[in-house]
Amino acid sequence: MSDKSEDWLIQEPLRGGQMYSRVLKRGQVLRLTDLEGGAAVSALLYNADQPLERYNMPDTLKAQHIVRLTAGYVLYSDMGRVLCSVVTDTCGWHDTITGVANAALSVQKYGEGSYQVLRNDWYRNSRDNLLVELGKYGLGKRDFGASVNFFTKVVPNAAGELSWVPEHSKPGSLVELRAEMNTLVVLSNTPHPLDPAPKYTAKSVEVGVRLAGPVAADDACKKSCPENERGFLLTDAYFS
Amino acid sequence: MALRESSLDPKLASLDTVLGSGLGYSHVVQRGQTLRIVDLEGNQAVDTLFFSAADPSERYSAVDTIRAQGAVYLTTGSALLSTEGNVLLNIVADTCGRHDTLGGACAAESNQVRYALEKKYMHSCRDNFLLEIQQRRPELSKRDLTANINFFMNVPVTPEGGLDFDDGISAPGRYVEMRAESDVIVLISNCPQLNNPCNGYNPTPVRILVW
Repeated sequence: MSDKSEDWLIQEPLRGGQMYSRVLKRGQVLRLTDLEGGAAVSALLYNADQPLERYNMPDTLKAQHIVRLTAGYVLYSDMGRVLCSVVTDTCGWHDTITGVANAALSVQKYGEGSYQVLRNDWYRNSRDNLLVELGKYGLGKRDFGASVNFFTKVVPNAAGELSWVPEHSKPGSLVELRAEMNTLVVLSNTPHPLDPAPKYTAKSVEVGVRLAGPVAADDACKKSCPENERGFLLTDAYFS
Repeated sequence: MALRESSLDPKLASLDTVLGSGLGYSHVVQRGQTLRIVDLEGNQAVDTLFFSAADPSERYSAVDTIRAQGAVYLTTGSALLSTEGNVLLNIVADTCGRHDTLGGACAAESNQVRYALEKKYMHSCRDNFLLEIQQRRPELSKRDLTANINFFMNVPVTPEGGLDFDDGISAPGRYVEMRAESDVIVLISNCPQLNNPCNGYNPTPVRILVW
């Protein structure tokens, strides 16, 4: 992962099918590495100090005039602040608009895949995984919004019709989020519901956390548009 | 685009009301009833959320709706799905052609990001949503305000991953109509936004009917 493994505060596996959560402190970086290629990691994000403030898909898209995330863009909360910045990305497109699978979709597509039969290789889905993880913080269905789907690409044509892009994330591709606020990050590593693969295959991912350097005056995420300059100002003001 | 007119007669509607711009509104639409929203003067965004009346933690989900229909715009034939994957309503008539569900609702805070720090004082859809639920829907709170539908709003997306707020494609008298497949709370903000073309820089009234 890193040239100097001692830089990492945390390095741990996120197995196929697994969920994960962590409070990322302001100034920490979360790296997700798609070890095998073809991973799909769904994420929900909250202000860890006041979870009523949370990642807001429409505010993120309209502030930056995008329907996808990649390096140079940021994830906005519903309160006009920057939760996290995408500081590194070798993948190029992370889906924001097509949500996650639930148990019914998973059974319909892959069969039951029960724990009784498969033990810890059972077919878990992101809706249930994320609800479990949210429950650990007293959050639940009412806090469940549009997810970021890391490593997946779904492209609209001029008519707005969507296409799944196969083999989008290559082995070793990675994305890094720098926390601009204390951010509760909740993750689920399960197949995206538009992935046409007929067999349940959740890929191995690695999670790393390290300290970020100070945000430079000419930081690429801050300077990518005037909206983000204001977003960073408002975020800094919150911590002043 | 899937333009389709309705045969329903406004004279026979059980509810027929006009909502001025910058106002919030909510109403329970019963299973089997039809809700129509009319853009009276043209290019007026109507920010709308739906909740299951029986269990409001089940609510409209933009991303599930988009994924299930394989397209980002809403029009005749769109099934408005809940967070549990159930159909809350079906769009059964539409004389506008397409409606947005990615642009969300304006808010004081996002207006500061999008336009200027000094825009914070301006009225917004989220304020309408919050006041309406504080006053009339104690079962709902800010937790429940997620990505909404913007009827009559034009937010084109591109294959390169771009998104814009464009001039509207609606016109005076155009309407959208949907049939409730379960009892739903409809929560509306008739958008007061003055900083982009979503209301033609002139927010105007809309008419709401139920049969």
